[in-house]
Amino acid sequence: MQELIKSLFLPAFANELLSPLSDSAVGEFDGCKIAITTDAFVVSPIEFPGGDIGKLSICGTVNDLSVAGARPIWLCASFIVEEGLQMDTLERIVNSMHRAAYEAGVKIVAGDTKVVSRGNCDKLFIVTSGIGLVQADLSAKRISVGDAVLVSGYIGDHGIAVMSKREGLGFETEVESDCAPLWSLVEALLNGCKTLRCLKDPTRGGLATALHELAEAANVCIEIDEDAIPIRPPVMTACELLGIDPLYVANEGKLVAVVSADEAEVALNIMRSHALGRHASIIGRVIAEPKGQLVLRTAIGSRRLVEPFSGEQLPRIC
Amino acid sequence: MALRWVSEFRNGRVAQRLIERIAEIADRECTLMEVCGTHTMAIARFGIRQMLPNSVRLISGPGCPVCVTAQSDIDRFIAIGQVDGVVLATFGDMVKVPGSQFSLRDARTHGIDVRVVYSPFEAVELARQMPDREVVFMAIGFETTAPGIALSIIQAENERLRNFFIYPANKLVPPAMKALLSFDDVRIDGFLCPGHVSTIIGMRPYEPIATDYGKPCVIAGFEPLDILQAVLMLLVQIRSGQAKVENQYRRAVRPEGNEAARRLIDEVFEPQAVEWRGLGIIEESGLKLRRKYEHFDARLTFDVQVPQTKEHPACQCGEILRGAALPTDCKLFATACTPDHPIGPCMVSSEGACAAYYRYREVSLS
Repeated sequence: MQELIKSLFLPAFANELLSPLSDSAVGEFDGCKIAITTDAFVVSPIEFPGGDIGKLSICGTVNDLSVAGARPIWLCASFIVEEGLQMDTLERIVNSMHRAAYEAGVKIVAGDTKVVSRGNCDKLFIVTSGIGLVQADLSAKRISVGDAVLVSGYIGDHGIAVMSKREGLGFETEVESDCAPLWSLVEALLNGCKTLRCLKDPTRGGLATALHELAEAANVCIEIDEDAIPIRPPVMTACELLGIDPLYVANEGKLVAVVSADEAEVALNIMRSHALGRHASIIGRVIAEPKGQLVLRTAIGSRRLVEPFSGEQLPRIC
Repeated sequence: MALRWVSEFRNGRVAQRLIERIAEIADRECTLMEVCGTHTMAIARFGIRQMLPNSVRLISGPGCPVCVTAQSDIDRFIAIGQVDGVVLATFGDMVKVPGSQFSLRDARTHGIDVRVVYSPFEAVELARQMPDREVVFMAIGFETTAPGIALSIIQAENERLRNFFIYPANKLVPPAMKALLSFDDVRIDGFLCPGHVSTIIGMRPYEPIATDYGKPCVIAGFEPLDILQAVLMLLVQIRSGQAKVENQYRRAVRPEGNEAARRLIDEVFEPQAVEWRGLGIIEESGLKLRRKYEHFDARLTFDVQVPQTKEHPACQCGEILRGAALPTDCKLFATACTPDHPIGPCMVSSEGACAAYYRYREVSLS
């Protein structure tokens, strides 16, 4: 997919706002600094423990704006509905979107609906776009050697919750998706932290991919401690059984923050006193070398590179 | 599985003590082979190589089921998929392995119906759901997947399901370990024996490797402390000039293995000589269906033309699978061959040595 973006879409559409390929495009228009983003949601199954495609479509877009330091204000939502989708399912999902939007403090101000014949989409796809007002200048470029790296809570909950329900994986866990709108947590950090360098939401590709992207963009090395990364016991167990690495499992209600080392504890306390950051942890630091890489200090004391996510994660066969 | 089975076996302090003990007794150069692909992955993921003294070398063996599947078997399986009405069912790891012409994933664009399943029973279910199609399951894996596959055959037989077939490509680990010791380009001083396979076969099949070949064998679990302890046990044997079979993975492996599972294998399959990628043909190292169940054998049912087998000339998967080369020795490693564009199977599989080396590259401790 990255190849498709770089070889087809980027050359065709290239401009100064798109080219950084960040979570949101940030630009100034008539003296007003705005952030804009869009995301398509095709999750299967459309309802899963802790959320559904509707809640996800609000949180995903709200969070992409939030981690750009922008207060989300307006959202658009487009629905592609497969003929035959149960009306009460659609109602549940729309109500769930409404609740999530209310919680995030955004309005859904425009939308579109298309119904396609059976087999032309899988139950329901949703595309949301959003606009936010930029409150702070956050960017990976501001990261410097010595900074601290935090994560706002347990990783891997969303991916495991969805995988546990996916057809073909008869696997039951008590894990619920962490799907949540992060703006209020971001706002608390912006208000209480003077040296907040940048934020990122570790969605598809998980914590490893998000941190790798930051290290590349800032041309530094990020070193994380395996022991410090919060992972719920059932998520760890599920990952072990499926043969997948929790560092690559998707999150939908977590953020990664980089702050100066002397403000690490301040940021940690702000997160921990917020409902969405109760299990936050300082997981690592920014070092000079090797540039553009993510390094993991393992529980047994060794150090290795962590590559960004590639391909599909498939359960092992023996 | 309770979490304590995971976290207790990743304890950093205990790991340090084991590493110190290993350093104390590692008084000579020795090469230990981890036979199993899951060990290869765990060793890379936890950075275990880096924690061992330079004199102790860990090399990967032929324990990745996808990697050792002969190119000719992959090609024939794909050719069977071209027969009208056939649906191919396979474990996901197999899908990206390059065939001589194309991989199973690319086979889809050639109109071949390929389904990924997580167990052979799902393939049986596909056959039940599609009575007018023939479902062919690629039976790969070692002694661990064989009992389930045997049970799926028995189930299909009891239901008189006549549109379910397997492509028998299961392999057996101990014959391959013996074969490895006959190669001149491989030096092995001891084996980390596969934990999962041993839950089925127990300790006895390794006895000849210890007694006839004089090579210490330790059955090991998959957590860092398991692997470190097993390395220590091997070094103790080597230093004292002993060669015996020991079981480090006692919480999972019974000395006698799993007799019920072995009976299932024995009911449906019998050993035969088969080809391994990188190792050639090894006597009694594969499983074929017994005469009673031969009608499930896709190779006997579908008469297909298989193109000439082609492997990339520079690909060193063969040498890597028998421990004669490290993934990093291969010219294609991390240049032309990456997980996104794999050339050999060792870069594809989640248990392949090249994939493990690629994904978990070590960096210096400072």
